[in-house]
Amino acid sequence: MTYAGLDIGSRTIILVEFDGGIRDYRIVDAGTNPLQRCEGLLAGRSYRRLVATGYGRRLAEGSLADGIVSEIKAYALGARHLYPDCRTVIDVGGQDCKASRLSESGGVERFEMNDRCAAGTGAFLEAMARTLEVSVEELGAHALVAESTVRINSLCTVFAQSEVVSLVARGAHGPAIALGVHEAIATRVAGMARRVGPKERVVFAGGGALNACLRQLMSRKLGLELTVPEEPQIVGALGAALMASEE
Amino acid sequence: MTSYRPMWAELGLDLERHDVLLEALGGMYSDLFLSQKNRPKSMDYFDFVVSEIHGLRVKELQDHRAGGGKVVGLYCVFVPEDLILAADAIPVGLCAGAQFAVPDAEEVLPRNTCPLVKSSFGFKLSGTCPYIQASDFVVGETTCDGKTKMYEILAEYHPVHVMEVPQKKTPLGRQLFLEEVHGLKAKLEAETGRAITADGLAQATTLVDGKRRALQRLQALRRARPAPISGLDALLIIQIAFYDDVVRFTEKVNALCDELDERIAKGVGVASADAKRIVISGSPMAVPNWKLHQLMEASGSVVVGEESCTGTRYFNYLTPESDGSLEGQLAAIADRQLETNCACFTPNDERLDDIVTLARGWDADGVVHYDLQFCHTFANEAVKVERRLAEERIPLLRIETDYSDEDVGQLRTRIDAFLEML
Repeated sequence: MTYAGLDIGSRTIILVEFDGGIRDYRIVDAGTNPLQRCEGLLAGRSYRRLVATGYGRRLAEGSLADGIVSEIKAYALGARHLYPDCRTVIDVGGQDCKASRLSESGGVERFEMNDRCAAGTGAFLEAMARTLEVSVEELGAHALVAESTVRINSLCTVFAQSEVVSLVARGAHGPAIALGVHEAIATRVAGMARRVGPKERVVFAGGGALNACLRQLMSRKLGLELTVPEEPQIVGALGAALMASEE
Repeated sequence: MTSYRPMWAELGLDLERHDVLLEALGGMYSDLFLSQKNRPKSMDYFDFVVSEIHGLRVKELQDHRAGGGKVVGLYCVFVPEDLILAADAIPVGLCAGAQFAVPDAEEVLPRNTCPLVKSSFGFKLSGTCPYIQASDFVVGETTCDGKTKMYEILAEYHPVHVMEVPQKKTPLGRQLFLEEVHGLKAKLEAETGRAITADGLAQATTLVDGKRRALQRLQALRRARPAPISGLDALLIIQIAFYDDVVRFTEKVNALCDELDERIAKGVGVASADAKRIVISGSPMAVPNWKLHQLMEASGSVVVGEESCTGTRYFNYLTPESDGSLEGQLAAIADRQLETNCACFTPNDERLDDIVTLARGWDADGVVHYDLQFCHTFANEAVKVERRLAEERIPLLRIETDYSDEDVGQLRTRIDAFLEML
């Protein structure tokens, strides 16, 4: 019996197939027509039940998906499946960042989430990477070689971008600026995480967790060890698949 | 629709933009309201009122003016409607709840201003609110700094009379507000050329209290499980209370309540009995601001009460007994208005009790605190609301938003997660 979870995010779409364990998973770009992407991704596959999560979950409701669940609950379920002692989940995604504290039994007790502003999200990192002319995948490594850092004062993506441009114009080193950018986002996300009263074990997931510099800074700022799953991006889709399997 | 065009032109509306507004509003209304399942039959009247939102009611106001009467615009629960009615003038709530006119306002006002203030001002600037056009003057109040300063600028475009609302409910504050009620009386008498009498005022107060009682009755019926009426419909009714004819409105609300009594007896509701029940508390929601209720109910919960100026703060307070003299009645009216537990007061701890009472009495699973962006009074008071509800172990979700749709995706995620958590 195979179940599936589909996480329709702003930047990526992730499919997890579940049959008691993770059978397979796929990560694709969301593109400009996410529903079409989902249809392509699901072509030729069929499941006993599929649950959708993510920003685009309602697009799939009633057509591709048998049910929907918020990312916050999906990440909680996925993280608990991977780490049964998980009490806090931090998720930095494409356009959202979220922190949730879980009860001993795994239910969401408290959560915080950014509002419409892109500060503290993957979109912020992408914009900064573009300005520094490195890929978003390389941005973390770029920052880790910095010998010094500069302070980025603005958390607003648009203002921070012009701040970075003027730092570049003043001859600041790319890696130092990149480190400053990571400092800014880590401060923001750690502040949000502190508001939920984080307890260990803390699982850091979402695309942002792929960034080694962000992992390091967040752990330092929170004074907590962060556990990053092997595939941090699939945790939400895994949680949705678990929901599907619970019928 | 076309038959009102001469009236709109006469009122100085920008007809082209007004058409765009009405079309958008009509579409939005059928999507949000008419698509709801199992609505009470008596909502027909309120649907009709909305379908004539810029038509029939405006015509009634214009007819009243043609007969020598005055129309007085207002934005806030602190302006005593009965005093206005007693001068044979008609009080009418003005347009303040749509994104439509915000860009117009932002050409003049700072962008970092609450959407309600920007929308109020923008509607005047863009010539798309027939109510302000039909009003002989506007009565403003000093309930927040944004509004206070906006009224100064609005006065350059339309006659404005501002009432000072104190920030403390002390004897001095009460004395100040009583003076302001006297000041409004003098202003009304000067504008209408009619003296406000003890009998006239007593009659008007009876009408306004009757309207409040009808709304209290409606609110009491929302205690039932399953909920006999959607939060969206209940909110709409309170919004309509600001501009509909007081006698007709009261009658229609009571008729609706009769129907709801029957529904409750039969166990009929708009949501399942186990739907999550939500109380909303915070900034006012001027028509057509239906954003939060729509999101809450589309996510499967049902809103059972609003601790809001478009909710309990509008109808909770009845006029205290007085000696019947004009002086005595004015004092009773001033006292009644100052009962309002608005975030403009310090301290305002009674509001915390109001929220808890509503949540407990209406068997709510959780409270959503609603702040309009840049509404500093309610946003800062939310800190205390959060602490109190944590003490009471009532789950709380805090939402800050404006009139635009750009954050709907994020709001849905928060709301869904909150409802899953309950």
